[in-house]
Amino acid sequence: MSTQQYEGQAAGQANWPNGIAPYNSPIPMARTHLGHALVSEWTKIRTVRSTVWTLSVMFVLVVGIGLLTAMALSGDDYTGMPLLSSGLFGLMLGQLCVITLGVLVVTSEYGTGMIRTTLTACPQRGRVLLAKAVVFFVLAFVMTTLACTLTALINSALLSDQTRPSYVSDSNFGGSFEGGKLVASGGEWLGATVGAGLYVALLGLLSLAVGALLRHSAGAITTMMGVVLLPLVMALFMAGEALKDVRDFLLEYSPLNGLASLYRIPMTEDQDATGWPLLGGLAVVTLIILGVAYALLHKRDV
Amino acid sequence: MIELEDLTKRYGDKLAVDGLSFTVRPGTVTGFLGPNGAGKSTTMRMVLGLDAPTRGDVRIEGKHYGELREPLNSIGALLEAKGVHGGRRAYDHLLCLAQSNGIPERRVGEVLEMVGLQEVARKRPKGFSLGMGQRLGIAAALLGDPRILMFDEPVNGLDPEGIHWIRNLMQQLAREGRTVFVSSHLMSEMAQTAEHLVVIGQGKLLADTSMSQFIAENSRTHVRVRTPEPERMRDVLVEAGLRPVTGGDGALEVDGGEAPRIGELAAANGVVLHELSTQRASLEEAFMRLTAQSVEYHAYAPGADGTQLPQTPPGAAPPPGGAAPPPQPGQAPPAWGEDWKRGR
Repeated sequence: MSTQQYEGQAAGQANWPNGIAPYNSPIPMARTHLGHALVSEWTKIRTVRSTVWTLSVMFVLVVGIGLLTAMALSGDDYTGMPLLSSGLFGLMLGQLCVITLGVLVVTSEYGTGMIRTTLTACPQRGRVLLAKAVVFFVLAFVMTTLACTLTALINSALLSDQTRPSYVSDSNFGGSFEGGKLVASGGEWLGATVGAGLYVALLGLLSLAVGALLRHSAGAITTMMGVVLLPLVMALFMAGEALKDVRDFLLEYSPLNGLASLYRIPMTEDQDATGWPLLGGLAVVTLIILGVAYALLHKRDV
Repeated sequence: MIELEDLTKRYGDKLAVDGLSFTVRPGTVTGFLGPNGAGKSTTMRMVLGLDAPTRGDVRIEGKHYGELREPLNSIGALLEAKGVHGGRRAYDHLLCLAQSNGIPERRVGEVLEMVGLQEVARKRPKGFSLGMGQRLGIAAALLGDPRILMFDEPVNGLDPEGIHWIRNLMQQLAREGRTVFVSSHLMSEMAQTAEHLVVIGQGKLLADTSMSQFIAENSRTHVRVRTPEPERMRDVLVEAGLRPVTGGDGALEVDGGEAPRIGELAAANGVVLHELSTQRASLEEAFMRLTAQSVEYHAYAPGADGTQLPQTPPGAAPPPGGAAPPPQPGQAPPAWGEDWKRGR
């Protein structure tokens, strides 16, 4: 604490009974805005181990499983799967890492009491939530898209030479052949890279919002696992005509179906599904939950 | 300057803070004193806008906390729950706070040095001792070089050297013209640091006064006289215009009396004295007397209702357990359950 010379000390003396002028800091102060919050949140997310761990594990799962599946399939005859579709298997596991990170971005602050420090430094609570959401979403999108793109390239390199059995025609299977080689259309590439990245990043953002609602790591992670996995599991056990509508509904709107559709292997009978409408639906749901989290963040004590 | 006006917080049917109105002024250390559960931390959380008041208002330099545009430059706070992510290195913790207020990164090194943590700047606070954690919290509070500082129980977990350091720090901050608002449940601690005193109990304001005035009003001195002829001695004292009362063990206690004069009175009247001593009630006792009615969690103790206070030298730490004085010889503590029999 250096001794400061206060400007206007004499003038101030009249106002303060003990003759001490109010303190003024020599440090330049900026009026804070969203930019400050974004920089701060970026520092926060890159300086905890959970970020490094979850994203590394996601990368290893997506690329590793992608590579193993591609290697296993490459010697076989063409099975009818679209060229890039086996990237889905790794991502089904990898998305759980992104979900975990999304939850932790918010709940770790509640768990440690850091949230009080954060909201003291930035009392504009909406700004904090927005900054967290933006920083996490961009990071999750970039990392997942990178992993998916790498996997797609591996698949494309290893699987395009699969032998086409004589009974396979262009019309009855998802994949398409050009000059004797299995190829993927531009739409398939887009779905299996940017589409999958967006979808998983959105799931992560939904997890962040659920984390902000529940403020409890285990509770929020469990909730998100349930949301992602349960519809499909429940549908599996629904036999019989009476339950068909429910079963179809659960299958179609299962978060996993959205992802599978982006890889062009949808779980429903609609084999033309691209997954983009489901991605849009996920975006709408995510925005609504974020909105609720925003409203509650303003209302609740921390 | 922090201004509280009728500040009230209700949790369910419990009033944690009940109509507090007072002002914390710059240039002095203001002690915020109350027993555990009196509402000190809740009040501080409301000052910081973390908890919304049920009723009333609190303003910092005339503004609500949420209206502050560079909050860390206005007010720095150390909260009881330290509020640090254990897995983020000390330096990074301070860096993200600095960035959120546009404070230059250079300042992070400065505050780390100020609190003596530069050695562990790259360590994770998970492994910090209580005292180191406290220092990191203080570093965060100083980050914006704020005009107001608010510390919730800052000496908790500090070693004697650390306690000395923080006392000096608070006084220096106040001398520089800052507002320093510090909570404690130890009167002895406040007596050495604070110039102004705000005392609360069960959320209600009990005192808002300068420390010197509080000491003058509350450090009651009395003379203790023990004699084999208490009845005669009493008459002598009453004749001399004094007002003796019989203490717990049969000794006479004379409020405001002077020992030499009483000794001379006894000699002149030929009364044998076994003891003649001046007793000073400690500030801790004064504090306990003030808050006795409002302590939320009583350890069972004879005399906790104010009839019999422990005789400790001024400024001494309270006996362990806060309000439990050792039983006085010659006075059997009431058997357990007597309160129940009396009460029903």
